[in-house]
Amino acid sequence: MIGMSKLRLVWIYPDLLSTYGDQGNALIVERRARLRGIDVERIDVRSDQPVPTSGDIYLIGGGEDRPQRLAAERLRRDPGLGQAVARGATLLAVCAGYQIIGHEFVDDLDRVEPGLGLLDVKSGRGPVGRRCVGEVLADVDPVLGLPPLSGFENHQGVTHLGPGVKPLARVTAGFGNGTDDGSEGAYAGRVIGTYLHGPVMSRNPGLADLLLTWATGVPLTPLEDRWHEQLRAERLKAVRAAAS
Amino acid sequence: MTGTPVPGQGAGPARGPEALPPRAKLAVTASRVTAAISRRAGKGSGSVIGGKIALRIAPDLLAQLADHLQVVLVSGTNGKTTTTRLVAEALRAAGPVVSNALGANMPAGITSALAGAGDARFGVIEVDEKYLSGVARDADPIAIVLLNLSRDQLDRAAETRMLAEKWREGLRGTEAVLVANADDPLVVWAASSAKDVVWVAAGQMWQEDSWSCPSCGGVMHRPGDDWYCSDCDFRRPQVTWSLVGEEMVDPDGQVWPLDLQLPGRANRANATTAAAVASVFGVDTASALARMKNVTAVAGRYDVVSYRGRNLRLLLAKNPAGWLETFSLIDPAPAPVFLSVNALDADGKDTSWLWDVDFTRLAGRPLFVLGQRRLDLAVRLDVAGLEFSVHDDLAGAVAACPPGQIEVIANYTAFQQLRRTIKEAQA
Repeated sequence: MIGMSKLRLVWIYPDLLSTYGDQGNALIVERRARLRGIDVERIDVRSDQPVPTSGDIYLIGGGEDRPQRLAAERLRRDPGLGQAVARGATLLAVCAGYQIIGHEFVDDLDRVEPGLGLLDVKSGRGPVGRRCVGEVLADVDPVLGLPPLSGFENHQGVTHLGPGVKPLARVTAGFGNGTDDGSEGAYAGRVIGTYLHGPVMSRNPGLADLLLTWATGVPLTPLEDRWHEQLRAERLKAVRAAAS
Repeated sequence: MTGTPVPGQGAGPARGPEALPPRAKLAVTASRVTAAISRRAGKGSGSVIGGKIALRIAPDLLAQLADHLQVVLVSGTNGKTTTTRLVAEALRAAGPVVSNALGANMPAGITSALAGAGDARFGVIEVDEKYLSGVARDADPIAIVLLNLSRDQLDRAAETRMLAEKWREGLRGTEAVLVANADDPLVVWAASSAKDVVWVAAGQMWQEDSWSCPSCGGVMHRPGDDWYCSDCDFRRPQVTWSLVGEEMVDPDGQVWPLDLQLPGRANRANATTAAAVASVFGVDTASALARMKNVTAVAGRYDVVSYRGRNLRLLLAKNPAGWLETFSLIDPAPAPVFLSVNALDADGKDTSWLWDVDFTRLAGRPLFVLGQRRLDLAVRLDVAGLEFSVHDDLAGAVAACPPGQIEVIANYTAFQQLRRTIKEAQA
């Protein structure tokens, strides 16, 4: 992006992976860039189209088990996202998307499917009868300088982190990666995976700003975040009240 | 086959629940007593608790009650209650009808409604999507209506395509005539395992749940009103009934104006579907439509009520597809619009669906935000670049609202709460 006229925001496969309001993350990144005078070109890539390699920020959302398998099959045949990440593009992947960018996950036919290997994680099925559904509150790795994450999760899968990544956050409520070690999500370089939807940026605009900072390489002017902040406060209060 | 009388279903006098075996009779009595106690205790209609008790005494009661009736089942994500009402009105042209008109649409509520069948000849039954296959097995219906399938309460319900798959398995080989929406690929996938289907061009504004082919996973193409899979032979079937703008076209090509009192495209679609159902039962289209035109409100929906000297039109929208249809029927700008959203158990606790709704369609209207999750909605509208104000209660919003009839759009429990507030103010 640096020295370029436009920030290119790429939303991968809305036709398959947009089950939990995932468009929200794209809308929020777009808006927060524009409010700072950054011109944005949003590119929605349907699953029969090639993923462009020249994007600055890539988003992949959540989806049901079958679309997740179809998306993984199509992305494995397309080198676009891998090339973009290799040259330093920013990527946020949520839920099914998070599993796809790891080394492997279990599909709707109970087969182990290879992922894209862009994040050193492996996903599998969680214990039978346990689906991770509900509000999540999680303290973010202090290195990233973000306030606690608030969001909603809904997944059967669990994700194990390899040595090449760090947990994005530690849950104080909810399941996160579902591995019973309190970890939620993972990140390495400019690639983040998380189980939080909501969509995650509606309650955590700081996450949108983190992606924008990585992609533009310049500090961002602060925004007046009245509604985001009020929503955050209300959700934090509700989750803490439910936990106590 | 439409328009012909139903074979094997004599039009003789109906045998009411009096003809039931003793155990079933006992169950019906127990259900009525329980419901009456529940009503007296101020706990709603009592139909669900009554039905639960009855089914515990006689697990096959639903089947036994339905045995005396010519049954039509109505299911789908949106439009169930209204279509059930329209079909019931239309069939009354041919005989008495029993229906779960208030939307208690799981087996207990259905059983309870049928227990009050009296001398009804027809049972018009709304069925929750998840229970359709089971109820279809028990109730031995003449017709089954499949309206549409789209994302709804994903934190507690089945995934949308899984529902279509369950319908497909459950309806395979059914003796019932399916009346199904040809414009919803998920419905077509579900219905095409049955041998007798009346396809209705009922339209579908929301398309985000069927971009991948339910059959092979290929990418769907949608030129104009048509749709087809790019990778296999799954495509839109030939329709016999169609909604075209404000009019309906029947299988003979005759055009009928749909000047309903119920507003909007979705209700014209529901009426077209209901006319197709009526035809299966031998009710002619002119009689069916004349009766449907008398319907003004359904379980409080579309009702125009007075509150603090203002007229409010109450509109229920529970999921992205429902919100999209509702935006298309409200009065044009600058009519003020109230939006109220809750996330209680009955609504689904996940509000992420708000981001699937294109609120920019409300640009230019004064917007008032209410409900338990008004802050989720505020963020959504703010990001959409819309002007709005947030209010703690209905009275506050009304006080701040410019003149004119107010369009009130609310999701499930928010809608019920608003109705209660208005009722209390009127008392």
